[in-house]
Amino acid sequence: MKYSILAGLVLVGSSIFTSTITLAEEVKSLRGSTDIEAASNAVEIKKNINDKGPITRDYVQQPPLIPHKIKGYKINLKFNKCLTCHSWANYQKSGATKVSLTHFSGRDGEALSNVSPRRYFCTQCHVPQADVKPLVENSFKSVPTIK
Amino acid sequence: MNIKSLIKKMRSPSSATLGSLLVAGFVAGIIFWGGFNTAMEATNQEAFCIGCHEMKDNVYQEYKDTVHYSNRTGVRATCPDCHVPKPWIHKMVRKIQASNELLHKALGTIDTPEKFEEKRLQLAQNVWRSMEKTDSRECRNCHDYESMDFVEQQRRAVTSHSIGLEEGKTCINCHKGIAHSLPALYEVDPSAVVGSAGH
Repeated sequence: MKYSILAGLVLVGSSIFTSTITLAEEVKSLRGSTDIEAASNAVEIKKNINDKGPITRDYVQQPPLIPHKIKGYKINLKFNKCLTCHSWANYQKSGATKVSLTHFSGRDGEALSNVSPRRYFCTQCHVPQADVKPLVENSFKSVPTIK
Repeated sequence: MNIKSLIKKMRSPSSATLGSLLVAGFVAGIIFWGGFNTAMEATNQEAFCIGCHEMKDNVYQEYKDTVHYSNRTGVRATCPDCHVPKPWIHKMVRKIQASNELLHKALGTIDTPEKFEEKRLQLAQNVWRSMEKTDSRECRNCHDYESMDFVEQQRRAVTSHSIGLEEGKTCINCHKGIAHSLPALYEVDPSAVVGSAGH
């Protein structure tokens, strides 16, 4: 009896040990299995989706995604490249989506005549997309009220 | 030989003299014309354009970030491709106008980044105005509506180009600030810059 308990313990212990080893083997850093001394393989550069119609939102408060490339688009104190199409003065002519009214109020809710400085840097919330496989599995489903 | 006979001789030169004059004139013509055009070409090099720091430290740096400098096909448009006309007479006119730029180089009108920024709107508007006047002639040396296949273009481009073609717009009407940074848009388009009108 004593022996069988001991044998059982050894079995359990060894199985934990081997499972730890396999777990350690499965964990891969972003460098992959490249040796620490070697130069890592360059990651494939993902291409942004260029020029689609508006992308449906997945949840109500989601900042709409950018369905086109924005390479070289600058946003600084002197000008905002996005607003040259998306501002209220320009959206009709350019056929772009106009900036939401929510962007025209200051931090205390006061109404402003132009996009608020706190909403000026578009890419803080709005991002372009790439058509790639998700890195991890995701079972997220969007709410039926907006799909 | 007295003076009278010399004049007489010059009035009726022998055919050999005439011939050698003609040949010498022809050769001198080739040398001068060739030399003139070579010198002209030398001033049409990017290295010459960015010889002054007004260009090199400002607009040239901005241009290096754009598609006209580096792109997937490896075709590059350098300064003169966009800023110097190809037709000879227009090229001469532009070169003469450039003497004004030399004057302001000497005066140091835009020799600091602050002075440059101060003048950027005015300088940009000068270029925009002249491109509007020539129907964006320099753009069209490469980008011609005739050889543009709308079917191959992206959705946004097709829509805008169709409207532009219909309304008789010229490239620069929309494609501003594509090779250099835009000036502060307070006066041009206050809806595309931070702050309310009148900042």
